Amino acid sequence: MSVDSQKTPYNPLALEFKSSTFSVPVLILFSNDLAVIEQQLQAKISLAPEFFRNSPLVLDVQELNKKDLDLDIAALMEILREPGLLPVGIRGGNLKQNKKALALQIPVYSVTSSSATAEAQKRKTITPPVPEPITDPGTTILITHPVRSGQRLYASGDLVILAQVSAGAEILAEGNIHVYGTLRGRAMAGVQGNKAARIFCSDLQAELISIAGDYKISEDMQAISRNKPVQVYLQDHTIIIKDI
Amino acid sequence: MARIIVVTSGKGGVGKTTTSAAIAMGLAKKGHKTAVIDFDVGLRNLDLIMGCERRVVYDFVNVINGEASLNQALIRDKNCNLLYILPASQTRDKDALSQEGVGKILEDLSKDFKYIVCDSPAGIEKGAHLAMYFADDAFVVTNPEVSSVRDSDRMLGILASKSRRAEQNQEPIREYLLLSRYSPDRVKLGEMLSVDDVQEILSLHLLGVIPESKSVLNASNSGIPVILDEKSDAGQAYVDIVARYLGEDKPHRFIDGKKGLFAKLFGGR
Ligand SMILES: Nc1ncnc2c1ncn2[C@@H]1O[C@H](COP(=O)(O)OP(=O)(O)OP(=O)(O)O)[C@@H](O)[C@H]1O
Ligand SMILES: [Mg+2]
Repeated sequence: MSVDSQKTPYNPLALEFKSSTFSVPVLILFSNDLAVIEQQLQAKISLAPEFFRNSPLVLDVQELNKKDLDLDIAALMEILREPGLLPVGIRGGNLKQNKKALALQIPVYSVTSSSATAEAQKRKTITPPVPEPITDPGTTILITHPVRSGQRLYASGDLVILAQVSAGAEILAEGNIHVYGTLRGRAMAGVQGNKAARIFCSDLQAELISIAGDYKISEDMQAISRNKPVQVYLQDHTIIIKDI
Repeated sequence: MARIIVVTSGKGGVGKTTTSAAIAMGLAKKGHKTAVIDFDVGLRNLDLIMGCERRVVYDFVNVINGEASLNQALIRDKNCNLLYILPASQTRDKDALSQEGVGKILEDLSKDFKYIVCDSPAGIEKGAHLAMYFADDAFVVTNPEVSSVRDSDRMLGILASKSRRAEQNQEPIREYLLLSRYSPDRVKLGEMLSVDDVQEILSLHLLGVIPESKSVLNASNSGIPVILDEKSDAGQAYVDIVARYLGEDKPHRFIDGKKGLFAKLFGGR
């Protein structure tokens, strides 16, 4: 078989690698007692089984390792999968735990900010200094029609919606979210980690609200936040809902 | 150019075929040459509701495959000579339909007809997708219950993002709500959502409310679209719907029960 290196054969593009960001719930463990974990997990999930079914999940064992509590990773994975959760990562694990996770085909993520690993620090020094962009606010997206069940919107800046967001719809923004109709779907602001992001809406009946990864599901929201304009913001990892 | 109307819902059994037959007949009765197409390949029943099941020779799939011409496959309605039915195949499956094939048939029909009514199958799969893809207007048939409303909302999202009009950045499909199998008494008992509840969730232009009515079953048993049963409540509801669609101003009916003012003032919600 001879290949003419001058001519590139016609090969339609079959794949492409892209970097993409997802908002994934993180399960932070404070105890290594599997029976207690299982029991409390059941209680949480029974509040919103549909939300958790097939939901990806990253396991955070940082707090355990601070207290030198070891954990049976394999047994825990079984407990998580039982109600339909799909563990897709572990962070804050020690060497043994990370090895175990990889053996179970669970990717290992580093804990950002605080406890940077030695490897991450080494990388820091090699990386050429990239100037911080002078506040790139991203693009604001304005939507004037209802966002229906099954639809998903993403804004790299703020997301402004002049109509309703139906149950079963999902709206995500790296910045703030404004909804001037009823918000019944899932709204996630600050999805790249902007803890100052807020959600504003004229009637909050959401299935889920989230800011920078911290979230509240419908069952945890007070019915009193309905039928009046409210704002949602983050304070010490707690979602606060306040009248405007 | 014809106006293409899809009758759709997401959820099954809510009254799409009943509605397709009724409004196609209503439009034809108003003097507009109308074709009604059964997209429910494999589960055809529009021909039964229209009472032409014994005159089917060729079907939709035959035309797509070039085995018959449109003129051979179209069946002229026995009650109205401006109305034609294109039946679905009972022996094929959904994969027999292709987007190009459907597009070609609709284009050909557009030259000759004023309205083309597409009776969508349930679900959001291929058949439902093809039924709505080329539409100009969508009649979203919803029953006053949560699951039906939720499915309609999902279908509205698909109309807004997956249709030809959406893909080609044209003016969006005009969407209308048809609330069917409505029973004011059951709404009062809290067993069904009210018109207002459904409007609140879907925020959609209400074209009409069709009451739950025995006349629908009688009509389908005798193969005559219920809209021709002028004495029946459901028949009148469809007459109103067609009139409103054509721009006439008709007040809504069948929303409150036949109960008097007392019940209206003090009953239920
Ligand atoms: N207004 C009404 N009152 C009483 N019964 C009705 C009414 N509308 C429809 N029905 C009944 O509901 C059943 C389903 O109706 P129809 O076949 O029109 O629904 P469809 O949405 O086309 O169903 P599919 O999704 O299976 O195609 C039929 O038995 C019909 O007689
Ligand atoms: Mg049908």
